[in-house]
Amino acid sequence: MTSLLEAKGIRSIRGERTLFNQLDLCVKTGELWQVQGPNGAGKSSFLRIVAGLLPAQAGEVRFRGELIQTIRSQYHSNLLFIGHKAAVKPELTAIENLEYYAAIQGQPLTAAPYELLERVGLVGLEDIPAQRLSAGQQRRIALARLWLSSANLWILDEPFTSLDVSGIAMLHERFSWQLARGGSVLLTSHQPLDNIPVQVNMLNLEYQH
Amino acid sequence: MASELSVGSQVRALMRREFRVAMRQRSDLMNPILFLLVVVTLFPLGVGPEPATLARIAPGVIWVSALLSALLGLERLFRDDFSDGALEQMLLMPMAVEWAVLAKIIMHWLLTAVPLLILAPLLALLLNLPKEAWGTLWLSLLLGTPVLSSVGAIGVALTVSLNKGGALLSLLLLPLLIPLLIFATAAVETAATGLSPAGPLALMAAITVLALVLSPYAVHAALRVSVN
Amino acid sequence: MWRWLHPYAKPEATYRLNKKLLPWFAIPGVVILTIGMIWGLAFAPPDYQQGESYRIIFVHVPSAFWAMGFYMGMAIAALSAVVWQIRTAEWAILAIAPVGAVLTLISLFTGAVWGKPMWGTWWEWDARLTAQLILFFLYLGVMALYAAFEDERTGAKAAGILALIGVINIPIIHYSVYWWNTLHQQSTITQAITRFEKPSMAPEMLWPLLVSILGFLLVSSALVILRLNNEILKREVRRPWAQTLLLKENR
Repeated sequence: MTSLLEAKGIRSIRGERTLFNQLDLCVKTGELWQVQGPNGAGKSSFLRIVAGLLPAQAGEVRFRGELIQTIRSQYHSNLLFIGHKAAVKPELTAIENLEYYAAIQGQPLTAAPYELLERVGLVGLEDIPAQRLSAGQQRRIALARLWLSSANLWILDEPFTSLDVSGIAMLHERFSWQLARGGSVLLTSHQPLDNIPVQVNMLNLEYQH
Repeated sequence: MASELSVGSQVRALMRREFRVAMRQRSDLMNPILFLLVVVTLFPLGVGPEPATLARIAPGVIWVSALLSALLGLERLFRDDFSDGALEQMLLMPMAVEWAVLAKIIMHWLLTAVPLLILAPLLALLLNLPKEAWGTLWLSLLLGTPVLSSVGAIGVALTVSLNKGGALLSLLLLPLLIPLLIFATAAVETAATGLSPAGPLALMAAITVLALVLSPYAVHAALRVSVN
Repeated sequence: MWRWLHPYAKPEATYRLNKKLLPWFAIPGVVILTIGMIWGLAFAPPDYQQGESYRIIFVHVPSAFWAMGFYMGMAIAALSAVVWQIRTAEWAILAIAPVGAVLTLISLFTGAVWGKPMWGTWWEWDARLTAQLILFFLYLGVMALYAAFEDERTGAKAAGILALIGVINIPIIHYSVYWWNTLHQQSTITQAITRFEKPSMAPEMLWPLLVSILGFLLVSSALVILRLNNEILKREVRRPWAQTLLLKENR
């Protein structure tokens, strides 16, 4: 098992407060990592630093041994990041939103859009602008990108938010698929990942005063 | 996988989505244009309808009003993307972010400048602009509006994370747009007196090229600060 | 090539360096500025055309000159802040901006006062004054953008980017404003000043002017240094070095 993503000595300061210091993480292929911690501990900031959205005040992040800043395009073509905000355009329908995400990955959605919608439980809602769907349904549109993506690394900020039981089960199943094919998942979640058929590695963030 | 991702296909996908979203919010596109029409109408009412006076101030009035109306429509460049998370995803696209920025600027220009160019003859008519200057007015708007979109994008990128509205944006942008206003109105005025406006138009073209080349870098830097 | 500067980029080192530098700017600055003002306003000979009213150049020219100079200084600080992420450079932007804005305001005010005896109006759309007014707006934009952010680091970075865009724009603005002015030809302060700036300017007027320019530079720099140190203390007040320093100084 080789290391896919390595973060070393990460420090983050927001405003006057140090969120974390000297944080290390090594994600190997086929591993799932859960970042845990109380509100305000900096879980989202950590994910955003690792994804290359935020600069760290100290430390470095490497993807397959290379600094992510030096191989940014290559890193981002191997990364799927779904943040706190779902990045679903409220004016567009589910299919139109997914068409976009498929197209920027160079694989048109022509193959089987309805099959995909069925998988994420959005059949029958395909013609409705996303703004008229419920929060959970909008979340499902964003998460449908997991079925479009061939990225090795998934970074997901609170993916289970507003999902119902069937939605959570559907995600668990997809995570198993990703790990089985040699991909990795890094996520934050408040709930413990019960009933997930894979091993969960934990990274705990403490609240620093 | 990575090799299939051409810059062209990503830019096309981005522009198509931009266009679709804009078509669902057509009133957002029309409002600044209607504002422009109303403001231009106010001038004859405020200054008096004397044809010679109107013809004299027409280039300046049309251009100042166009600047103000452009400011109203600028925020939609990044505001919604910022609040729904699409901006983060844009910064994670596997290509130089400057291309995505340029695509957004060009789309914004197409969506805002085309209605303006259609409306321009009506504005010229309302303000009694001499016939000889109509073509130059149109050309000056064609050359100048890309500067509004690209310099405007910098201002929006800097202020997108603030909920301060347009006043700050205007304070930042209007001083930077003064050269554009000077050359544009000078071009229309020289044309109205029957002389060749080639000089100021060439200067405008130079500014346009400079703005289009440099602004994507500035916008990218500003967006990195704003998603903080 | 900038490696040698790097130790000074640490807030603590900058603070100590500033402390040492401050008297070297403040004391000669006040002395030289006083000499320049008295020499220029009281002892330099009256102008053969404008009589006594020309004397305002001893305030107007130095403030206008350094209004632009400090914008350049702010842009250099902004470049260091944006490219090398140096925190002290971010604070330097904020230390310089209000000082530069006040210099711009002084030059605008004196320009207007000078305009009154020359043209009989308080405000003339002269190229130099107009360009100075736009410079004032640019300063205001940088300060307003910084003030709008709750997080001071984000605000400083955004203000830095804006300052850099401004500095690219300044030559274009200047060219366009001077061009606009020749298009709508008016009497200009520019001509009045360039008459003095030519080497033909009498040495008994030129010397006090140069002394005033130096005095303005030193006093304004002292203000910037003072503001920068205030900013450093404000931001670093919880750090150990600042705490021990404050305890020592207040004993």
